[in-house]
This record gives sequence, structure tokens and C-alpha cells, in this order.
Amino acid sequence: MTVATPERRTALYEEHVALGARLVPFAGFQMPLQYASILKEHDAVRQRAGLFDLSHMAQFELFGEEVGPWADLLTVNNVANMKVWQARYNLFCNEHGGTRDDVLFYRRHDRWLLVANASNGEKIWNLLSSRRTSGVTLENRHGAAALIAVQGPRALEILTPLASTFDAPSLAEMKYYTCTRAAVAGIEALVARTGYTGEDGFELFVEGADAAALWRALLDEGKPQGLEPCGLGARDVLRLEAGMPLYGHELTEAITPLAAGQRWAVKLSKPEFTGRAALLAQAERDDFDRVAGTILEGKVPARQGYAVYRGDERVGEVKSASIAPSLGNRQVATVYIRKDAATEGTQLGIDVRGTRQGAQVVPLPFYSRRKT
Amino acid sequence: MAQPAGLLYSKEHEWAKLDGEVATIGITEYAQHSLGDIVYVELPRIGSDVKQFANVGVVESVKAVSDLFTPLGGEVVEVNAGLEGDPAMVNRDPFGDGWLFKVRVSDVGERESLLSPERYDEIVAEG
Repeated sequence: MTVATPERRTALYEEHVALGARLVPFAGFQMPLQYASILKEHDAVRQRAGLFDLSHMAQFELFGEEVGPWADLLTVNNVANMKVWQARYNLFCNEHGGTRDDVLFYRRHDRWLLVANASNGEKIWNLLSSRRTSGVTLENRHGAAALIAVQGPRALEILTPLASTFDAPSLAEMKYYTCTRAAVAGIEALVARTGYTGEDGFELFVEGADAAALWRALLDEGKPQGLEPCGLGARDVLRLEAGMPLYGHELTEAITPLAAGQRWAVKLSKPEFTGRAALLAQAERDDFDRVAGTILEGKVPARQGYAVYRGDERVGEVKSASIAPSLGNRQVATVYIRKDAATEGTQLGIDVRGTRQGAQVVPLPFYSRRKT
Repeated sequence: MAQPAGLLYSKEHEWAKLDGEVATIGITEYAQHSLGDIVYVELPRIGSDVKQFANVGVVESVKAVSDLFTPLGGEVVEVNAGLEGDPAMVNRDPFGDGWLFKVRVSDVGERESLLSPERYDEIVAEG
């Protein structure tokens, strides 16, 4: 029997309603899909800055001397050797090497913050709890702690007048994938130079009770510089252009990090971790289906699940697809296909409602920002 | 919201404007707003015969694929060629320059199955 549970609201729910957001159920929360327009919000982030409520993401705090070595056994990337105030991408795998979740670890002076996908929050919490050892204490902050992101080329100048940093000399001097304690508009926050848009930007972890005041302060400061509230629709287009996998699309329990192009994050040199044997064997065989980027020839959008052909032979399926405003409004798609079809330049056909649409394999990411 | 007068509406959120025996067909303000940014419109072929309420095409936004139904049957005599380069015209002006196609109506009596602006407005208000 399935019992329907009503969607939870983030601490910013009232702000979204006041801004006229279209709210949709997402991973158990009512989240803004868009405010004005997905494409306008996408443009704000690429050209100026966007403000995102990401409070649906699962936040777990990990305490204790043993967290590093313990988490190293559960994940594919290195944890214990992270420096204090460093952030790192990581993945949890199952015994077959398939992906349980992709996550970020943030190392603070006295604890670690682990941010998991909202849809996998319960799964990862259950995993952490069941594998907990002495010397590790866990706290589930999912739904209680808030997360607000400011992303885009103007993120730094919008945040700078509001922020005093404690563990970094300034926001400007923070390296990508680092974090610091800070006061932002007088509110205590962990500020990280991380994001999921392909632009420079910051993510601000705060108590749920402080989220609305911070959200308003950021909008007030940022509005004159073109900051726009952005929903999950824009976020999905931004991350797809930037070649970042989304759990449930490019990553699943059946798709390994190697197949999803995240080989760089898999440290097979670590002596032991869940899924290592399977991933090692897969890396050695190198015969597996994999995620590739494609640009479509026409204007017809592809959608998740559409079949992909090379000639008359079905070689896989679409995992994500969208119009790509950063690529002159061409249609792009990630596809999960046989190795021999995934070579750059290969001509493929995507079955859109019975008609083949031509598509060519291109390297990922589709879009990279110009580094300043 | 008030619906433009002089048009006929379907429950599927299309509108039709009859001018003699030719009907101009589009989607409503409510439909374009629900879909969000429209990125592709697939229209019926000129010269094809379509039956009332048949699925004749597709309207795709960034997030959604939506079937397009024709509120009146007949022969397709014109399609809005401007939408190929600028599908967002449907968002900007759904009752005007964002029209979709024109049909030479085979049975003007079919209009009896369509909705008045007032009745359509009630349907939209009911959600």
C-alpha cells in the first residue's frame, strides 16, 4: 500500500508564493519550477545572476575523528585527505558499481557537511545510519537547514558588500570548491564557492529560520544588478549545458560513475570502498555503455527515454534534453549509448514520435564559461 | 481572466475564429501560460484533412510536450510559417500573431460543440 504524503514546504515557501512562482512537487517538496520564464531565468544566470532556493537538498552533518576514513569506505572519491574549508564532489555506489547518489562533502573545522540529492535523502540517510561506527556521529538536517544559491558572473559583486568572511580573507579570494563561515546581511552562514550552473557563484547554508530574511536581503542588494529569482527549470537547463549529471537521468543505480563520465572522481587507488571491485573490472574491460553529449540537427526537442539509433541499430536512449540558449538555441541531449556509438562525430538518430531526428556526438560540456 | 470575444473555444484550450468558411486556430493565453516558454510547434501539413478534435500536432515548451487538437474539422489551408523561427510568438501573442493554422471548415455546424468565451472562462476558473 502506498500512503500519499503531502509535499513539504521549504522555509522560503511564502517568498515563492509572493513572487508568483509556479510551484511543483519535487522530491517531496513544493518547489518553484519557474517565476517568470525558464529562458529568462537562464539568461539572468549566464549574463548577470540568479537566486535559487535549494533547501530541498538533503543536508547531513557528520561529527567525529573517524568521519574521514569511514566515509572513504562508502564513497568513490577521497574524503579523509580533504583540507579544512575544502569542498569536494563525490559519489556513493552500490556493490555493482551503480550510483546510489552523487553528493558534495564540505569540510569544516569541527565537522563535515554532506549534501545529497533531495530524492535520495532518505536512502543516503539510511545508508549512513546503518553503516555508522563508533567515532562517527550523524545529524539529519534535511528540511530543517536551508540552502540559497547565488549564481552568475555578478554573484561576487552582489554578495561582497553583504558578507564578512571568517575563515577566508574575503569572498573574492576564495578558490572554487572552498567554503568559509561568514555573516551575510548579519546572518550566520556557511558560504561555499560551489554551484550547479556552470557559472561562478556561491551557496549559502543557513538555518531555516534565517532563510527568508537572507533571501530578501539578497534580492534587495541584487535587484539593481539584475539578480532574478530562478526555479528548478532554469537550473536544469543550466546544469545540462554545463555537462553536469543529474541523478535519475545520467546517474542511476544502474549507471556507474565511469559510464556517466565521472571517472575523474573515482579513486580506484583507494584500497577499499563499496563498489570498487565492480568499478575496477568495468574500467579494465572498458566495453560499457556510456553517457555522451549530442547536438540535434533540427529544432525538435528530444525528451528523456527517447530511443537512439545508429543507422537501423538501436544503441541507447536519451537521458536529458533541452533547448540550449547558450548554444544559439540549438537542441541538445545527453544519451546513454554503446561505447562504439559514443565516439565524437558519430551520426545518430533520435526517434521523436516515430520520426528520426539527426544528432551528432559532441564532447561534454556543451558550454564552458570564459574564465576571467 | 476575460477571454477575447468573437472566438470559439475548446476544453483543450484551443481557440477558433471563423471568417466565412475559414477558421484561424490557436491556443489560449491560459494554455501558453501553463506551458511556459514554447520552443517548438509541430503543425499539420497544408492540404491535409483534419477531423474536429483530432490530434493534429504538438506544442513543446522547455519542460513539456503537449498535444495540439483542432477545434474544427476541414482542410488545412495555411500554417503560421513565422513560428518555425520564432515559436515564442505563441507566448507573446497567443490570440494574435501567435496563431497556429487555418482550416477551410467542412461543416460549420461543428461550432455548436465549441464553447463561448464566458463558458470557457468558467472552465479556466475551475482549473
